Amino acid sequence: MSGREYMLGNVAIARGIVEGAVDVVSGYPGTPSSEIVDTLASMKERDFYIEWSVNEKVAMEVAAGASMAGARSVVTMKHVGLNVAADPLMTLAYMGVKGGMVIIVADDPSCHSSQNEQDSRRYSVFSQIPCLEPSTSQQAKDMIPYAFELSEKYEIPVIFRSTTRISHGKSDIELAPIKQKKNEVKFEKNPDRWVMVPKNARVRHPHLLSIQQDIRGELEVSGWNELSIEAESTVGIIACGTAAVYAKEALDRLGITASFLKIGTYPIPEDSVRQLLAKTEQVIVIEELEPVIEDQCKVIARDVEFETEIFGKTDGLLPRTGEFNVDICIGGIAKAFGIDSCECKPAKQDMELPVRPPAMCAGCSHRGTFHVMKKVFGEDTVFPSDIGCYTLGIQHGTVDTTLCMGASISVASGIYDAGEEKPICCTIGDSTFFHTGINSLMNAIYNKSDITVLILDNRITAMTGHQPNPGMGKTATREPTVEVAFDKLCSAMGAEFVEVVDPYDMAATEDVLERAKAHEGVSVVIAKRACVISAARGGIRYTPFMVDTDLCKGCRKCLKFGCPAIEFDEVSKKASINSMCSGCGLCAEICTFNAIMEVKK
Amino acid sequence: MTSDLSNFDLVIAGVGGQGAVKVSDIIGKAAVSEGMDVRAAETHGMAQRGGSVVNYVRLGCELGSLIPCGSAHGMLSLEPVEAMRYIHDVAKDGIVVMNTSPIYPITVTSGQCTYPDPQEIVARLEKDYRVVAFDAVALARQAGNMKTLNVVMLGAISSYLPIPVDTLVECIRNMVPPKTIGTNLEAFRLGRETTRQ
Repeated sequence: MSGREYMLGNVAIARGIVEGAVDVVSGYPGTPSSEIVDTLASMKERDFYIEWSVNEKVAMEVAAGASMAGARSVVTMKHVGLNVAADPLMTLAYMGVKGGMVIIVADDPSCHSSQNEQDSRRYSVFSQIPCLEPSTSQQAKDMIPYAFELSEKYEIPVIFRSTTRISHGKSDIELAPIKQKKNEVKFEKNPDRWVMVPKNARVRHPHLLSIQQDIRGELEVSGWNELSIEAESTVGIIACGTAAVYAKEALDRLGITASFLKIGTYPIPEDSVRQLLAKTEQVIVIEELEPVIEDQCKVIARDVEFETEIFGKTDGLLPRTGEFNVDICIGGIAKAFGIDSCECKPAKQDMELPVRPPAMCAGCSHRGTFHVMKKVFGEDTVFPSDIGCYTLGIQHGTVDTTLCMGASISVASGIYDAGEEKPICCTIGDSTFFHTGINSLMNAIYNKSDITVLILDNRITAMTGHQPNPGMGKTATREPTVEVAFDKLCSAMGAEFVEVVDPYDMAATEDVLERAKAHEGVSVVIAKRACVISAARGGIRYTPFMVDTDLCKGCRKCLKFGCPAIEFDEVSKKASINSMCSGCGLCAEICTFNAIMEVKK
Repeated sequence: MTSDLSNFDLVIAGVGGQGAVKVSDIIGKAAVSEGMDVRAAETHGMAQRGGSVVNYVRLGCELGSLIPCGSAHGMLSLEPVEAMRYIHDVAKDGIVVMNTSPIYPITVTSGQCTYPDPQEIVARLEKDYRVVAFDAVALARQAGNMKTLNVVMLGAISSYLPIPVDTLVECIRNMVPPKTIGTNLEAFRLGRETTRQ
């Protein structure tokens, strides 16, 4: 494969990983990073190992181990995943690597699909691990093979930071040849390097500090930073990531010329910054989220006693939250340089539009589980929840807390420990339970919480795009493997009440939840039913349902169920079922008047 | 004001599951095969579960994928309310091709919000934009499958895109399931007829 192709940013990154002759790939799904491993795992043939790990910490350690053995490795995750993997990350910086290791982190400015919008570049500064940041998908692909080489040269992992607009943008990509594999895989015993006991760590820390200047020097001339000086202009722009291309368009729209430094590496290219500052009177630093570059530029300016004014977000000209776009850049540049801007304000639009939040699919089993859960426990119950499709239960009043992956059970314990007297019933998905829920459940059992834990086992990691997990009996490449049994696992941890139910059978689910509620101590109920999307893809079809308008009394009970397949005709005052119906039959179980039935063939 | 840094900036609005990404994919691939640089932005993840979805496609553009406010050359809206929601991205007098058949969000079916009259939306848009509005669901049914709604709409916008129609047709052939090629090409033809002068 070579030439030019139109592809998703994450597919381009996957291609870069292949071009860089990777040996081992691991990751945990998370928007906007998931398609990288998805793409590599679905290749018909591959000459590298790939896995979905159970969480980011595990994934990071798998990649680190592979690298210690001399292999080239990649680990992928979303920004918050790096928090989970921060423990191995920080010490890996001391320990270093042998085979090139690239840590791919996809940030999500504006929280399109995330619980926060933290800036992973801070981890680069914190850990002293170099970071590469592309501003286009083409660069994203091209940077990966370089990242392996940099990693091997300095024996240190390299962070590669993407953002939603790189990962989920599409563009034409020029492909390059795939490099020949040359790394020999052989773990060599070397305790000074691979055993981070205090005596060795004390040696590795100064080593890490000592290579920083060399890495900075190498990155300065690596080609990933681009400086262009406009001799006629007294103003300058320093920008990174996608914000750099927005800034270029903003300059064109404003009709001004400015010296321009595009930064693609951390540590930042200090010489280029100095050159730009020497030729300008005013500079604005344009970067999404944290003022990482801005702060460092101010330190450089102070050290060399330049009088260039440096603008950015600490003075409020640019926001420290949310993703950027051309209009935000126009506003910031205009304010910094005192130019009149034709800032676009969205035209006044006085028509009231109905909000359209994402919703659980028609036929989603979570809706049935939530319905019964609410019926059994009542409104006067605390419902801690977790991260996955079921977080959409917020619209059904069944999600009272969502903190981070796996936190539902531990938050439930904490609420109980605080002395809350209401019943506590928490929900967690199958993949999230494997990710970090197991520890929380063990803790709850060990420390004698009195809570109900509902594991919503829809047999897949659905929200991020249907990745396999250890409960499915399939690996990332869909190879058969061991299927971890939730009930046995929970029993082995000491849970005395463990039951498995089918949420499509509401009566049986109700009975089990009643008993779970009455049980003193931790009760675990596993609501097991395949995700309706993956079931349909697997060829499972049910007969859709319909409303018998003679029997329907227009009570709207089915509408409150919140299924997108159920509508209400305001003229006839009857409910109706649209073409989205997947035939789960839950609404028929709810209807008081038996007015909902299968469509007759 | 449209941008001279892009040959054609298109906003594609709709509801998760309507096939907006597929349309942007077909247009993008077709443009690349014509030698154009393309930048596109898509909605993934959380927003796909029946939520409001907006995609941007910039043809002949080497910069970012986000279209500056009020500067798109055109909009393709698979759903009436979603046209209104993102119309501020389109330049005055830009072309708006929209489906008039609504998808009611859960907030409407559950009685929390009301859905505006689609004809009122068309009337509002016609004040500032060139609007082509029609019931694309009916045309998709006529083509043989409701799911070809997105390709009907692609047919309608195709009259305004700087891409030869044969290239688009070729991309549809290559990018839809083999069994559905006939239905999709018919959907494309029916859509294109709505905008042929």
